[in-house]
Amino acid sequence: MPQALQSPLKWPKEGNARVPYRVFSDPEIYRAERDRVFLGPTWQYLALDNELPNPGDYKTTFLSETPVIVTRGEDGQIHAMVNRCAHRGNLVCLKQRGHAKDGLTCVYHAWRYDLAGNLTSVAFRRGVAGKGGMPESFKLEEHGLKKLRTDSFAGIVFGTLSPDAPPLAEYIGNDIGGRIGRVMRGKPKIIGTTSQILHNNWKLYVENVKDTYHASLLHTFFTTFRISRLTTAGGVAIAESGAHHASYTYGEQRGDNATSDQLYSEIHSLHEDYRLKDPRFLDSVDEIGDGITLQILSVFPNFVLQQIHNSIAVRLVLPKGPDETELQWTYIGFEDDDAAMTERRLQQANLVGPAGYVSMEDGAVGGFIQRAIPGAEEEASVIEMGGHEHAPQPTRATEASVRGFWNAWRPLMGL
Amino acid sequence: MDLAEVTRRLELETLYADYAACLDSDALERWPDFFTENCHYRVTSAENYEAGLPLGLIYATSQNMLRDRVSALRDANIYEPQRYRHLISGIRIEREDGGALDVTANFLVVRTMQDGGMILFAAGRYVDRIERAGPGWKFAQKIVVLDSRQIDTLLAIPL
Repeated sequence: MPQALQSPLKWPKEGNARVPYRVFSDPEIYRAERDRVFLGPTWQYLALDNELPNPGDYKTTFLSETPVIVTRGEDGQIHAMVNRCAHRGNLVCLKQRGHAKDGLTCVYHAWRYDLAGNLTSVAFRRGVAGKGGMPESFKLEEHGLKKLRTDSFAGIVFGTLSPDAPPLAEYIGNDIGGRIGRVMRGKPKIIGTTSQILHNNWKLYVENVKDTYHASLLHTFFTTFRISRLTTAGGVAIAESGAHHASYTYGEQRGDNATSDQLYSEIHSLHEDYRLKDPRFLDSVDEIGDGITLQILSVFPNFVLQQIHNSIAVRLVLPKGPDETELQWTYIGFEDDDAAMTERRLQQANLVGPAGYVSMEDGAVGGFIQRAIPGAEEEASVIEMGGHEHAPQPTRATEASVRGFWNAWRPLMGL
Repeated sequence: MDLAEVTRRLELETLYADYAACLDSDALERWPDFFTENCHYRVTSAENYEAGLPLGLIYATSQNMLRDRVSALRDANIYEPQRYRHLISGIRIEREDGGALDVTANFLVVRTMQDGGMILFAAGRYVDRIERAGPGWKFAQKIVVLDSRQIDTLLAIPL
């Protein structure tokens, strides 16, 4: 049982159908979840497996705010370790990515590590002319970089600092795992990256990702062009623990337009007379072949895999403080894409990201909630669409996967 | 610098001043008119651009796609009232190719929200290709290369 918060929080009796607003703004909760969630028994996205093709390649990333180095070792394996020198705590790698053919060297006092994070040498370890230097009792092998466990799933590398996290495939589970696999069916190729600074707690963005209810209501673009509506065939898959989810939508041909138009007629997001002058950017192909045109998938706590038609991206949600989050986007194609497919992915990238036709609102809506919280710390949001449970549902007019998130988060936090 | 060259420099100054004024005065409906029919417009980061990664945060391959962007901003997308102030300087002709010019220019964009909050929203350079169109010039290509990969909250109004 995690240590109790100094300022106790009593969770509402309705359980996962209520979320006290305080969890989005309290620095003590933020600090506690860094240790219990991000440094706890969870797997977090580190890299795409082929992002670091050669021994010596490295990138830097974070577990929450804890800096991490990810390398391709001499052994051909991916390694990850905390980016903090074992000597005096300096960042060992300063660049976002690079190649370190001779291992990693801390700039401060030139302590050197191999690509697996083992300390290999200490500058002036024997001192100068018999004076100074490290005591005889100092052992290199006791002072390596702190190592993460790493594992990969469908070409995506995850890491954890916790010995208690179950094996990655077990953590993800068969159902959600299969839904990752249907998207990641080739060798990924990065076509570009971007990032957004969101002025809200990280969980407000994760709630948004898992909220299948809002998409066609907040994002007019979806509704008007019948890209995705709640009336379109689809549903939401949810891991038993509630931790992970995948919402999916089939092509519009399975839907009934007349009924759908009627249901949406009173909602602001349907603009009947809105037509694109050049709709080529929406030209898409069913590259997977199962008729699912849209799938938004999350792996607890902060990884998202998106397939919106032919736009595929991984998103990493990085907390930067109680009320600030960096949302990193890595857009991918596959190595066997032809020029037409690459062009499709580039065109459809207009749908997502900071300027995305169906995602720019998501960058702002969390901030709107954050700004409305002051004075409501003891009140709670209402998450009852689709009932009180977090079981999978054959509809997206539900908030079951949002409740699932809280079902996974609360035990880790002891709340 | 002969008179023809001085005239051309002034035309470029005018083009970029007009472009900035259009975006900063919320005359978005006129924005696509600065481009050719088959233009290429994209907003990317220096990181993507230098790595040869083709992604655009906004990616358009026709003037009509720019018109669609504007109608979406007017009628579909939801964002808080905001305004930009573009400072464009250092307009440089990189290359002359028949009637077309490869031009680069630096920009800074300050974004002001309805509550008065201001930030330095974007810095970077335009990598443009311009073509003669009547008495003036139009953009056949405009690549907005942002120095930072980070966008604060969202990118609604074009750069």
